[in-house]
Amino acid sequence: MIELQVNSEVCQVDCEDSTPLLVTLRETLGLSGPRFGCGQGECGACMVLIDGKPETSCNRPMGSLQGCRVETIEGLGNIESPHPVQRAFLVERAGQCGYCLSGVLTSVIGLLRANPSPSRAEIIAALDPHLCRCGAYIRMIRAVERAVGQSEN
Amino acid sequence: MSAQNTISSVAVPRGFSVNHSDGRLKLPGSLHTNRKLCQWLSFDVPSVVRVFTGKVELGQGILTALALIVAEELDLEPEAVKVEPATTSRGPDEAVTSGSLSIQDSGAALHHVCAEVRALAIESTALSLGLPAERLIVQNGTFVDSISKAVLGDYWTALAQENLDREYVGLASPKPAEFRRLLGSHSVARIDLPDKVFGHARFIHDLNFPSMRHARIIRPPTLSSELLSDPWAVSVDLPESVQLMVDGQFMAIVGLSEHIVETAAERLAKRLQWTEDLSLPDSGNLAYFLQNAPCETSISAQSAENDAGSTGPESWPEGGRRFKAAYLKPYLAHASIGLSCAIARWSDGRLDVWTHSQGIHNLRDDIVLALSQETDAPARDAIVIHHVEAAGCYGHNGADDVAFDAVLVARAFPGEVVRVRWSRADELTHSPFGSAQLARLEARVDDQGHITHWQHSVWANGYSSRPGRAKTPSLLAAAERSKSTSLPLPINPPLTAGGGADRNAVPGYRVPHFRVVNHRLTVMPLRTSAMRALGAFLNVMAIESFMDEIALALGEDRILFRRRHLQDPRALAVMDLLLNRSTFWNDENLPRGDGHGQGFGWARYKNTGAWCAAIARVEVTDHVRVLDIELAVDVGAVVDRDGVLNQIEGGAIQSMSWTIKEQVQFDSRGLRCSGWDNYPILRIHEIPRLSVHLIDRPDQSSLGAGEAAQGPVAAAIVNAVSEALGLRVRQLPLSPDNLLRAVHADPTMGGQGELE
Repeated sequence: MIELQVNSEVCQVDCEDSTPLLVTLRETLGLSGPRFGCGQGECGACMVLIDGKPETSCNRPMGSLQGCRVETIEGLGNIESPHPVQRAFLVERAGQCGYCLSGVLTSVIGLLRANPSPSRAEIIAALDPHLCRCGAYIRMIRAVERAVGQSEN
Repeated sequence: MSAQNTISSVAVPRGFSVNHSDGRLKLPGSLHTNRKLCQWLSFDVPSVVRVFTGKVELGQGILTALALIVAEELDLEPEAVKVEPATTSRGPDEAVTSGSLSIQDSGAALHHVCAEVRALAIESTALSLGLPAERLIVQNGTFVDSISKAVLGDYWTALAQENLDREYVGLASPKPAEFRRLLGSHSVARIDLPDKVFGHARFIHDLNFPSMRHARIIRPPTLSSELLSDPWAVSVDLPESVQLMVDGQFMAIVGLSEHIVETAAERLAKRLQWTEDLSLPDSGNLAYFLQNAPCETSISAQSAENDAGSTGPESWPEGGRRFKAAYLKPYLAHASIGLSCAIARWSDGRLDVWTHSQGIHNLRDDIVLALSQETDAPARDAIVIHHVEAAGCYGHNGADDVAFDAVLVARAFPGEVVRVRWSRADELTHSPFGSAQLARLEARVDDQGHITHWQHSVWANGYSSRPGRAKTPSLLAAAERSKSTSLPLPINPPLTAGGGADRNAVPGYRVPHFRVVNHRLTVMPLRTSAMRALGAFLNVMAIESFMDEIALALGEDRILFRRRHLQDPRALAVMDLLLNRSTFWNDENLPRGDGHGQGFGWARYKNTGAWCAAIARVEVTDHVRVLDIELAVDVGAVVDRDGVLNQIEGGAIQSMSWTIKEQVQFDSRGLRCSGWDNYPILRIHEIPRLSVHLIDRPDQSSLGAGEAAQGPVAAAIVNAVSEALGLRVRQLPLSPDNLLRAVHADPTMGGQGELE
């Protein structure tokens, strides 16, 4: 039995140590925010915060998470009370298919907690683990800059 | 404010008197084949207009654009419009969401359907009150007396008495440009974006039915691989909770836990042995393969039927200067960020399929075809296909294949809901690819520097093997089962319908004598089909490179050289706007040559769609770094302004990724592109500065924006890199290896020496 905190809930999960965290989040806990993209931690669609730090969940074994605090996009803001970054992404329409977005937003929120006014280079470095095949990268940077009040517009 | 309410009783819709080949009056867009008003709109929910469309959301923002059109024509707020997901059980059959045609097909139809419904509703309200219809104006869905300002009715009341189960007759015209209040200017929220930003269940991967079974498919590594192992013998230690299903070379692991199924399938896959595939070409010499593979040759286009000059270069007149060069693109993967996924339930003769297919009706036709040998196959009408969104597909990826995978597994579990999801490796290796392609260009320039003769020859597989169009199914599993059928060879749509490998091979320049020759391969070692922009990506790159090459050889400015051969005013307008507004093009202080270069490219997509011009600035060391891309685009009347910008920006970035990085690798043991490490795509740290200038022409027809940028951006980057290196680069991608090949003037590509 592995005990961990997911968003505001403490959960006990009965699974093998090797079960990926993403499987627990999607299959066991019914969360849809973290998306499955590659299973190898190479695209960032499954990004979550583990003890506040952005990490991919598709290749993170449950056995390593005893007592950890996991946050998914669902725990970081919602439609009634959006995180400023979520609001900025909506205003900038920073996405196309949006499959990568919950992971992208999770990384951005993790970045802003550690560094509330990141430079453009720091934003790019934080988003580099994320692949966006639609090519909406430029808008993502613009949305983050809007959220941190750096936007030139 | 409101548009005028034009009511008339003409029998023939205005402006649409041309007879179509089917003998019916030509109606705009998909209205031609879906003529009933109730196929498009419903007012059965108070205060909401429900819109039915056959086009599907792929991330391109079509739901938002169509909602804007409906809100515009009906004078509603966009929030009152609900665009329903496409299903075969209701709404228009609009074939496939592809080719940048949704605004032209569905948008044009909705403009006219809404104009007609608006006229019907106003006329019926006015008639019941004994008032002239001209006195009624529409405000936010209600009908207001323009004199007394009293509210006299609304759509929902008026249409309760009107039967929309009737064909469009052309009672009224869509709003003229000067009366529009939303299109082109209104800043509207993207309908689908909140779910994606908040991580809601919106994608097909999030659909969850009680007791749903999960399946993973294990399939041959390439089209010609033969199974050497006995799958039953190597799977004796499968977990008890999963089942193996084997039908020829189509194998599935099925069970209730997705994770256990996945783990078991991975284990089984590792144990299976397959034959080597010696039919695969040499991935290091695709130019040779393309030009020597069996093919069908046809003349796609020529300057005039009886033009003696539109013959091959061997019969062009003596004199002047001759130029020739060849340009190559490798196989490319769609490389969706999401994985192909589908759900099916086969129950008492009825089959339901949930899919992210781009063409739900075509998929249904292909499923019917693929099951035609089965005695238990459901009738066509008993098959319902429901569209559910997924990640962007960028053309014909595995969406249809996985739907048929789910159908086959569901057949083995009657009444159960079955979900199949591909793996990352499946997505990158089993989805159809965009074909490798070679374009060989030849031209003759007279002594005054005018291009007199031009030939553009293309070698590639066809660019479409979408479902529902061939005599045998194009669904991958149909070729793997024991009762297998061979996959149809991909075809090229005729040039009048946009073309395939020959798309945009007709020069956009004034050339008196030209000919386009298309060599369609009749072998298909790697499975290919439609990928965004089809042949236009390479053809535009080739034409625009060739124009640069000729201008350079003539010692003429490359822009002036193009201008001398251009008449199209809208092409000149995007070019002028782009070059005048550019932040770098006119900057004399920026270094040129010696590792620094700038390039230009333009095209009118399909020669009938949107105009787009692009410039790029690059820095080249052992690899290419793109510093700036700027674009100008003319899509006619802009519907959703930010939607157009987003499509052009995304198209440019994706094209840049294809141009500098992407290439499907393979050898006789199979494909070597199973993950992001061996099929890398552009990451955020590689993006350039990028800006888009948009020309809105409200009085012109709206044109799609999704594929306008790809060719011009590739051309601009290639021309910039060529300037930076001081030599011509003709082979994509612009990887360090290919840059080296260019430096050594690879003779297989008609290297530097063969230019003249």
